Amino acid sequence: MNASAATIEPDAIPDAKSGAGADHVFHLITAGAAWFVLILLGAIALSMAWGGRLAFETFGWRFVTSPDWDAVGGHFGALVPIYGTLVTSAIALVIAVPVSIGIALFLTDIAPRWTRSPIAIAIELLAAIPSIIYGMWGLFVFAPFMAAHVEPWLSDHLGNKAIIGPLFSGPPIGIGMLTAGIVLGIMVIPFIASVAREVFSAVPPPLRESAVALGSTRWEVLRSVTLPYTRSAVIGAIFLGLGRALGETMAVTFVLGNAHALSPSLLMPSNSIAAAIANEFTEADTDLYRSSLIALGFLLFIVTLIVLTIAKLLLLRINKQMGRTH
Amino acid sequence: MNKLLLALPAVALLVACHNQAGNAGGGAASGAQITGAGSTFVYPVLSAWAADYQKQSGSSINYQSIGSGGGISQVEAGTVDFGATDQPLKPDELAKNNLAQFPVVVGGIVPVVNIAGIDAGKLKLTGPILADIYQGKIKNWNDPAIVKINPGVNLPSSAISTVHRSDGSGTTFNFTHYLGQVSPAWKAGPGEGKTVDWAGGIGGKGNEGVAGYVKQLPNSLGYVEYAYVMQNHMAYALLQNAAGQFVAPSADTFAAAAATADWRNAQDFNLVMTNAPGPQAYPIAASTFILLPKQPKDKAKSNAVVAFFKYSLEKGQAEASKLDYVPLPDDLVKQIESYISQNVK
Repeated sequence: MNASAATIEPDAIPDAKSGAGADHVFHLITAGAAWFVLILLGAIALSMAWGGRLAFETFGWRFVTSPDWDAVGGHFGALVPIYGTLVTSAIALVIAVPVSIGIALFLTDIAPRWTRSPIAIAIELLAAIPSIIYGMWGLFVFAPFMAAHVEPWLSDHLGNKAIIGPLFSGPPIGIGMLTAGIVLGIMVIPFIASVAREVFSAVPPPLRESAVALGSTRWEVLRSVTLPYTRSAVIGAIFLGLGRALGETMAVTFVLGNAHALSPSLLMPSNSIAAAIANEFTEADTDLYRSSLIALGFLLFIVTLIVLTIAKLLLLRINKQMGRTH
Repeated sequence: MNKLLLALPAVALLVACHNQAGNAGGGAASGAQITGAGSTFVYPVLSAWAADYQKQSGSSINYQSIGSGGGISQVEAGTVDFGATDQPLKPDELAKNNLAQFPVVVGGIVPVVNIAGIDAGKLKLTGPILADIYQGKIKNWNDPAIVKINPGVNLPSSAISTVHRSDGSGTTFNFTHYLGQVSPAWKAGPGEGKTVDWAGGIGGKGNEGVAGYVKQLPNSLGYVEYAYVMQNHMAYALLQNAAGQFVAPSADTFAAAAATADWRNAQDFNLVMTNAPGPQAYPIAASTFILLPKQPKDKAKSNAVVAFFKYSLEKGQAEASKLDYVPLPDDLVKQIESYISQNVK
């Protein structure tokens, strides 16, 4: 910022040569900042892969496919944490995306003008609440509610159905993937909603006004004008939320149950990559154990990379279909 | 308080003597900065001792409760002056790094339940039953094995939800060590360790996590440190000890376990107190161990550390009981002091 301000100072303008020099320096600084992120990313990935090499050497592919996690016997497999991480994040997005887009639309289109900025500020404040607070709320308030009211209903009404039945069977203990996913969903709503609100309000009013003039309902304006216009920014917002959900640690560890057990039921406890590392790193007393936990961190990195790549490819395809390129 | 004040000159004198004997360039003992790291279990009592000791001697103690594993590796690396661990090191491990080891406080690990209508101390359990429940062999509270030792107690037919520690912990080590001693199937199966491969159940982070889950989940069973049972008013179960008695967790039964445990024959105090033989002994008593370098580089500092623990063992044990820890028996304190004077040079 300062460098750019310096280049356009009046004193500097007459001397074209020094202006070019300053521009060059500015270019180097910004390029350096961008490269710094890439180098940092590469260094983190490399050092985690190096730290986890003992686990990868010992178990090979079995480290990814095995559900075992036995610190006494020295058998480690990452299947349960990977599964728990993906399932809870998916539940979080299923809840957070519609709610966030609804909030954003309400704030840009429907809410009375004077209420918009107080509500927007309140949503951004939600993002500032530490995750441990969400975790404690989840454990002491939300999990008992789930156990007493929601989960018994789910297992009674859906638990015996074909296909989706196994997802909702098991004792209603309130601690498990469903509860963790919902808490995560609430946590990522402010991230998605505040970005979506910003981009929705950046849609040029004439576009929306024309659609309204053609007799569109609010839903049609959203579906055919606002969302297509802001598509890539909204998907970016969703993936910001997803990134947070995949890596969330404290809130998840409180309500997920931290059990290395593979179960199709969303009501059963499971584990997530970040929660497993946070829980077990301090007392991981053998080299193989420690290495397995670092390897878990590396796998989280890979999982996130794969998910983001899929998202980018999807976006490219949509853009191609719509005949637009960004 | 009066007693502590009376003890003050003696301690100051002791520190001064040690200091003179030690490194002349080390400065006054009153300025010693002691660092330690390790067990989270011992942290509340260590920080209470440190505050008292600083008032009296001027030496400040900076203790990082990073977990026993971290404490061991830091004291081995020499980055801290002492380490604290809930799982004692074996004599050969100590010899390898030239460390001395001794216990400082005693605590206990208590099975807690949440069953409607069953108050603290009403349910009786044995070690083998606990092991069978945690292995999933006993599934319901009205299992014949539990009913048999609990005549007149109205046990529900509900499934038992077991709760264990999700983080690696000395509490889990002592608990699983006990289960391994009383149940051959446990020893051959999950075994003992700071984390083991649990057959199902829910993992809570820290004692507070386990206590939180047990309080919320109906028909659950968990294990927590004694202090959490007292602070949260949890329904503990009586446990059958090696002498066949059902005992409640209390300062007296933990002390009985510490007194009857065979410390005399344990080299470097390498002893886990579970399943102690005394008739009043609580079966899952546990202690935290301090690790000190035997030949420290900084002599003056080492003397300050020794003086601090001497103070803690002699005068700090009243403070320990206030925080629901159990003081070591006098006999054991004498044994520790002679061990330190012989080993830490």
